[in-house]
Amino acid sequence: MALRAVAAGKILRGGLGLGFQSIRGLQTFSLPDLPYDYGALEPVISAEIMQLHHQKHHQAYITNFNKALEQLDAALAKGDAATVVKLQSAIKFNGGGHVNHSTFWKNLAPVREGGGEPPKGSLGWAIDTHFGSLEVLMQKMNAEGAALQGSGWVWLGADKELKKLVVETTANQDPLVTKGPLVPLIGIDVWEHAYYLQYKNVRPDYLTNIWKVINWKYASEVYEKECV
Amino acid sequence: MGWPSSCNNLSITSSHLPVSADASKLLRSPKLPFRHQTEQHRKQRTAKVLAYYGLQKPPYKLDALEPYMSQRTLEFHWGEHHHGFVDNLNKQLGRNDILYGYTMDELIKVAYNNGNPLPEFNNAAQVWNHDFFWESMQPGGGNMPTLGLLQQIEKDFGSYTNFKEKFVEAGLTLFGSGWVWVVLKRNDRRLEVVKTSNAVSPLVWDDIPIICLDMWEHAYYLDYKNDRGKYIDTFMNHLVSWNAAMARMARAQAFVNLGEPKIPVA
Repeated sequence: MALRAVAAGKILRGGLGLGFQSIRGLQTFSLPDLPYDYGALEPVISAEIMQLHHQKHHQAYITNFNKALEQLDAALAKGDAATVVKLQSAIKFNGGGHVNHSTFWKNLAPVREGGGEPPKGSLGWAIDTHFGSLEVLMQKMNAEGAALQGSGWVWLGADKELKKLVVETTANQDPLVTKGPLVPLIGIDVWEHAYYLQYKNVRPDYLTNIWKVINWKYASEVYEKECV
Repeated sequence: MGWPSSCNNLSITSSHLPVSADASKLLRSPKLPFRHQTEQHRKQRTAKVLAYYGLQKPPYKLDALEPYMSQRTLEFHWGEHHHGFVDNLNKQLGRNDILYGYTMDELIKVAYNNGNPLPEFNNAAQVWNHDFFWESMQPGGGNMPTLGLLQQIEKDFGSYTNFKEKFVEAGLTLFGSGWVWVVLKRNDRRLEVVKTSNAVSPLVWDDIPIICLDMWEHAYYLDYKNDRGKYIDTFMNHLVSWNAAMARMARAQAFVNLGEPKIPVA
């Protein structure tokens, strides 16, 4: 069972709450707890999906990430440049998966904890400025998410240099930073495992519904911290 | 050129039946007096004729692969995903005359555009890939290949076990959505295990596919959830159609010379 947010906050270290510990000098990562129960996002996202997504998929990314990092450590110690380079794709994929999903759990909140409530304050104002309205932004992200071929993510990001909001997509588990100096505010997982058991092939329905549990409070906090 | 001919299809997969929407409307129209008929013929000459592709059924009933691939999966995978690709491809071809007249294989290569794919590529390639996938499986499949195919596998991989390991490993290390293939490489003249992303198939490199496995999550999620390893093992042990593979190999040898040339001694 996932722990409540307060308890989880005390256990997780680090700004992103990625949860790591040092063993023999090598940092390994561990699965962060969800700030809500698996069934808390029903009926938008089923408990079955949340449990599989968290305990199996996210955990697998972490396990493989740690394995790749151990191999990297060993290769660096030996000065084996070829292996270091060869490991990059595994690190990008599994590490990206870990980073993206850690953000994703925080991007979601049960309705009774504010999920789906439109953003106010500086983020709400920025959305209206750059997109016209929240509805337009949602439509844009839904369109891009539905059109994404294969597996990936659709993001609302803040460009720190140009000081504006952007909608971007990334393939597979590439994190948003691969697309520029962007801070991820909202990320929506459009890998099939994120919705298939419930929505089957109707990805647009998943995208339309997920806005009901999007945690705009968290997005506003990140925006205010990084971009204002 | 009248109908796109499917007889020089490299693979044994289905000929996609092209149908002209306008011609079929003409056939259905009631008999008209002579003058009106000439007008219609004039219209026919200037009417737009479009190539369409049809959804081919798998060569077995949707529940025939139970319990290894459930009927439910087939219903969604074939009935929704594959069907959707066909419909979307037809819609795209309806908008764009330039791609009229190609066979499916040619359409895929042209739409791939040497790595900068046109929007039609995804749909066309996925239609082809899924047809190939259904035909790569059979009820009561699995076991081991025999005869010439087994010999070729042993020649190119060392042993069947080695080949199977390679195949499984390719499936497990594929990042994201994609396909695992056994291909006959034209230039190297040998079999290889290849993995591709999203909709890409070995056709774009002019190689000859022998077997494929769909590693998109929609292919296995309903039956196996996240357990990819079990899905791949089940495919190899119970689903893969070595009969289809042998037929494709036999055909491929018309294009690729695998053995030493047998020069008769006078």
